[in-house]
Amino acid sequence: MSEVATKKEGLFGKKERKMLIDPLNDNNPITVQVLGICSALAVTTLVSKALVMTIAVIFVLAFANLIVSLLRKGIPKQIRMIVQLVVIATLVTVVELTLKAVDYPIWKELSVYIGLIITNCIVMGRLEAFAMANKPWQSFLDGVGNGLGYGIILILVATAREIFGKGSFMGFQIIGPSADYLIDTTTNPWFSWYMPNNVMVLPAAALFVIGIIIWIQRSRNPKLIDIS
Amino acid sequence: MYSNKYVTIYTLVMTVIVSVLLALLFSGLKPIHDANEAVFKKRDILKAIEEYLPKPLDEMSDEEVLAMFEEQIEQQVLDAEGNVIEGIKADEIDLAKEEKKPVDERKYPVFIYNSDKGKLYLVAVRGNGLWDKIWGTIAFEEDFNTIAGVSFGHVGETPGLGAEITDNPAFPAQFKGKKIFEGDKYVSVSVVKGGVKDPEHQVDAITGATITSNGVTDMLKEGLEIYLPYFESQKKS
Repeated sequence: MSEVATKKEGLFGKKERKMLIDPLNDNNPITVQVLGICSALAVTTLVSKALVMTIAVIFVLAFANLIVSLLRKGIPKQIRMIVQLVVIATLVTVVELTLKAVDYPIWKELSVYIGLIITNCIVMGRLEAFAMANKPWQSFLDGVGNGLGYGIILILVATAREIFGKGSFMGFQIIGPSADYLIDTTTNPWFSWYMPNNVMVLPAAALFVIGIIIWIQRSRNPKLIDIS
Repeated sequence: MYSNKYVTIYTLVMTVIVSVLLALLFSGLKPIHDANEAVFKKRDILKAIEEYLPKPLDEMSDEEVLAMFEEQIEQQVLDAEGNVIEGIKADEIDLAKEEKKPVDERKYPVFIYNSDKGKLYLVAVRGNGLWDKIWGTIAFEEDFNTIAGVSFGHVGETPGLGAEITDNPAFPAQFKGKKIFEGDKYVSVSVVKGGVKDPEHQVDAITGATITSNGVTDMLKEGLEIYLPYFESQKKS
């Protein structure tokens, strides 16, 4: 990719908008580029976890892109990947330490996965493909856009898994076999057949859900089929 | 291409900047981390006796949790023979560290809560689940026989299966009212598959989580046994 022209288009010209919106759909990092699948499997059992993960990834991606883009002219080519990795690892550690201070219980649940953002292929992929060759502001937007694209899929998958696996959404109990749920399957005559599907809680279920999302997306937009 | 000298200096400067930055952040946030961890652990302990508390744990602020520990909870530490050791508080004991010591040097915590319905004795147990460690806090009534409540924790049991020991409130709730003695004989409480036959000493296992369920049984059996001499001596006094 070459340097993106920003002449007289301001901070949110057409290209910048495209940068933010493209990764949400036609260039989605998970469903189109098929990157970052690993964490999409791990943190999508609950919507609340997926949300925290999304925020963390957006932060890391945006600022890693920004920093690497600022440094891009001075980074020695021989060690550029190491430099990128150091930037990512630093930001991830900052996120982890901050989260541990702000919301300890969530950190406790997510700590392993936060650490794994370092190995999230999306982050390094964007640094190599975009930030190394583009200006800081565009790189920052590209990071936010890709983070959002990742987050949307994460939250979609988590919503499906939480509702069908645990019968709840964001911890709000919707359907299940006790009086704590909105629809109590033990007393409600219409839903007495319903049982939460335990398979949805297992990591494999995330793959099914992602697969279905990819299927729907590609059948709506056939031009994606040839890309990967 | 850049010269080797440039690359070396670049690497050095970058590493120094990053390490200083992270070291500062870490030591700056350390007190908050420690405080958070202490409160988290205390909440975990209180969870076993949640229904005896003046209000639900979720509604208690961190300060209230700490104040409760300060004012209403007595702490004792036992040695491996069940004798009370002076000069150390139970919340300083971490069973994860204790289990690395030789058996006869291990220490065990006891928390005593003065509820409206008499004293509750909380003890800690630790064992193995399917993937990693599991642990629990078990609260006893004054007869040192009837369980007043339990809470469990785990490192990495399977979500939806083994992790239900903490995620599904119905599992720990089953333990309330169970007895660990059959007459004078110590039998502990077992987690069993296929329906409870002995409602005094058994609870229902989690479907699909046989190994975690058995882990809970073993953890209780072995973990509570350590406290038996202490229970004996308390009953006499």
